[in-house]
Amino acid sequence: MENLERILAEHPFFAGLAPQHLKLLVGCASNMVFKEGQFVFHEGQEANYFYIIRHGKVAVETFIPQKGPIVIQTRSEGEVLGWSWLVHPYRWHFDARAMEVTRAIVLDGKCLRGKCEEDHDLGYEMMKRFTQIIAARLEATRIQLLDVYGSSKG
Amino acid sequence: MVARKAETLAVKGQVDPMSTAPFRITRVIKETQDTFSMELAPEASGERFSFSPGQFNMLYVFGVGEVPISISSDPTGQMPLVHTTRAVGAVTQAMWKLKAGDALGIRGPYGRGWPVEQALHNDVVIVAGGIGLAPLRPVIYSILADRDRFGRVVLLYGTRTPEDMLFRKELEKWRSRFDLEIHMTVDRATGSWRGNVGVVTTLIGRSPFDHQNCVAMVCGPEIMMRFTVLELQKRGVNDDRIFISMERNMKCGIGLCGHCQLGSSFACKDGPVYSFAEIKALFTKREM
Amino acid sequence: MAVNKILPRDDFQRLISFLRTDGYQVIGPTLRQGAVVYEEIQSTSDLPEGWIDLQDGGSYRLERSETSAFFGYVVGPQSWKQFLCPPQRKLLTAEQTGKSFNVIVYDEKPIKRAFVGVRPCEIAAMAVQDKVLMEGPFVDPSYRLARQNAIIIAVNCARAGGTCFCVSMGTGPKASSGFDIALTELIDQHGHRFLVEAGSEIGIGMVTKLALGDASESDIEAGEKAIANASANMGRTLDTSGIKELLYTNFDHGRWNDAASRCLSCANCTMVCPTCFCATVDEATDLSGKCAERWRKWDSCFTVGFSYIHGGSIRTSGMSRYRQWMTHKLAYWQDQFGTSGCVGCGRCITWCPVGIDITEEARAIRHTR
Repeated sequence: MENLERILAEHPFFAGLAPQHLKLLVGCASNMVFKEGQFVFHEGQEANYFYIIRHGKVAVETFIPQKGPIVIQTRSEGEVLGWSWLVHPYRWHFDARAMEVTRAIVLDGKCLRGKCEEDHDLGYEMMKRFTQIIAARLEATRIQLLDVYGSSKG
Repeated sequence: MVARKAETLAVKGQVDPMSTAPFRITRVIKETQDTFSMELAPEASGERFSFSPGQFNMLYVFGVGEVPISISSDPTGQMPLVHTTRAVGAVTQAMWKLKAGDALGIRGPYGRGWPVEQALHNDVVIVAGGIGLAPLRPVIYSILADRDRFGRVVLLYGTRTPEDMLFRKELEKWRSRFDLEIHMTVDRATGSWRGNVGVVTTLIGRSPFDHQNCVAMVCGPEIMMRFTVLELQKRGVNDDRIFISMERNMKCGIGLCGHCQLGSSFACKDGPVYSFAEIKALFTKREM
Repeated sequence: MAVNKILPRDDFQRLISFLRTDGYQVIGPTLRQGAVVYEEIQSTSDLPEGWIDLQDGGSYRLERSETSAFFGYVVGPQSWKQFLCPPQRKLLTAEQTGKSFNVIVYDEKPIKRAFVGVRPCEIAAMAVQDKVLMEGPFVDPSYRLARQNAIIIAVNCARAGGTCFCVSMGTGPKASSGFDIALTELIDQHGHRFLVEAGSEIGIGMVTKLALGDASESDIEAGEKAIANASANMGRTLDTSGIKELLYTNFDHGRWNDAASRCLSCANCTMVCPTCFCATVDEATDLSGKCAERWRKWDSCFTVGFSYIHGGSIRTSGMSRYRQWMTHKLAYWQDQFGTSGCVGCGRCITWCPVGIDITEEARAIRHTR
């Protein structure tokens, strides 16, 4: 547990979090390893977790019938994976699959949701942090949509 | 009455800067579906073509016209002069049809290139998008020729698909080095691509470099550079440490024709590489 | 240099003949299709004697004057740039040889030219073009050749045109430098004559050879009065105080759209402007395809194609092109070349088919939001 606490405390995503909140988070956290090809979560399932990737790479993908899986974005070392646990109705919209052996810290979102309801200060801190993540994803998606290299340098 | 000295233009030693020198294409390399590299040797003499990273030449296709193309070869070694370009306009499409043994006119090198000197003893972050890697390749060669004098060197490269990546073999070779950190990403994964998917800007946040002691060099479509600058700023990199290469319509390449006017500068002469600090007032303004 | 001489009207021919004998092509003002243009002249009879021009936004008209002044007009549509930096100039010829080609750079022969009737604002315009075309790291050799072989016979302005604003730009109506000889035309009870000032060694040599008589105090006074009269009657004014900062902070001013809604993007303003230097290079091949020529031709930032890079143009809207032109003239130029790009000759106002007025646009940007 001490090890997990140190890792979370040092992770930029949790920087500046009050000690008691960090403690709560540690209480919801555990280590996990995904094998290459293993699904981290599935589209449509209840979204009850989020992940801090410590090593490896995860593809956020969707399956198109007759076409196969399409990778939308990849998440790797140091990044946070998953925010549906915080947004009603708490369901995954995409599949996540480990592209290689991936070690991650799993945080129990369901448990955290409850704690956020009880302690709005914690809830606000989580909202602030996840809004950053959501905004970054939205921006990246917008740039992706622009298909910027269509008119790249000649 | 004192008459002014009458001289013709061809006075000894005076070369018309608009004159072009024939170079022989010694090899053509198809890089991607629409992008190719040409190795070139001067017809007149065997002298090495000397340039600095980020500079460009005006390339002339006989009977068609001239275009500015950045130099993508090694400024330090024995590699021949190389230009990498996409067949997108009349001149580059005509160039695409040329083969080894054909000739091209070359004048240059022109412009202010990348701040390799300023980057000494700093971390170097190179962010390239699409064909924007071509003008940055000479920077990588320069750093590798003098590797000990630079800090961490990170190359972040994004393209639309894996098939659009330039210099694939070379990138793989560089990736196996311990003194270069290379991350590649594509907007759309195709085929057997097992690497990152996502725009190149997403690689910046998690790259290991010291934002206070780094020099960032960015080249790609203008819109990609805009978002890249935002990410670098988010990481705390100062505007005067961020460098971008601006593309404008360069007709003469030497500051006489006015086409590449960019604010109070000519991109051909005062650029194409600018520090973001120099250009930020104009950078997000439309139609400048 | 402050020695003033007098050239009587009837001796003006001597000046022209003298220059011609010395091998100079004498270029001066003459009437052509209802306008004063610059062409080779043989004698004083080619000069637009007794004509003045009436100018306003989008309007130019010649009228008979009450006097028989040679230089009663102000400026016409042309400027001297057509001789120094001609509208078309061959750069080189390339001849195919097997798989390669030979390059033959066009070897221009120098032409000794004497420009007669150069206005102070036009001298200033030459100084501006000098900075662009021959004082940077690269030199336009053709321009330099033409410039070095040109003699400048300036004529100070005794009359201001309806669109003139050289006083605002500090370029006239009296030439202070940049000439070999400067003339001030005087017509009064003492007769029709020219006050002559030499401004270079060549000028001094000419004045000496012409053996001109000294000017009297009253001649000098009359000259000053004539110039003061022009000074006091400028058709336009432009407040240049902080103009660079004004334009740099107003890229998004609504007035740009207003100007653009009137602008036809015809490029007239850039063609008549004595400082506009933009050029493109055209390729021309013969029918066999074995011989190609490259030509430098005037271009204009008002065309959509001007800023074209593969995939599209940078400045597609008329608004952005007008903004580019005016901001370049009055602001960028200062940072780029240490001088304003506008000399206040008023041609862009006169020759704009819809009468867009740079002084008015600058005023609007300064005084409106």
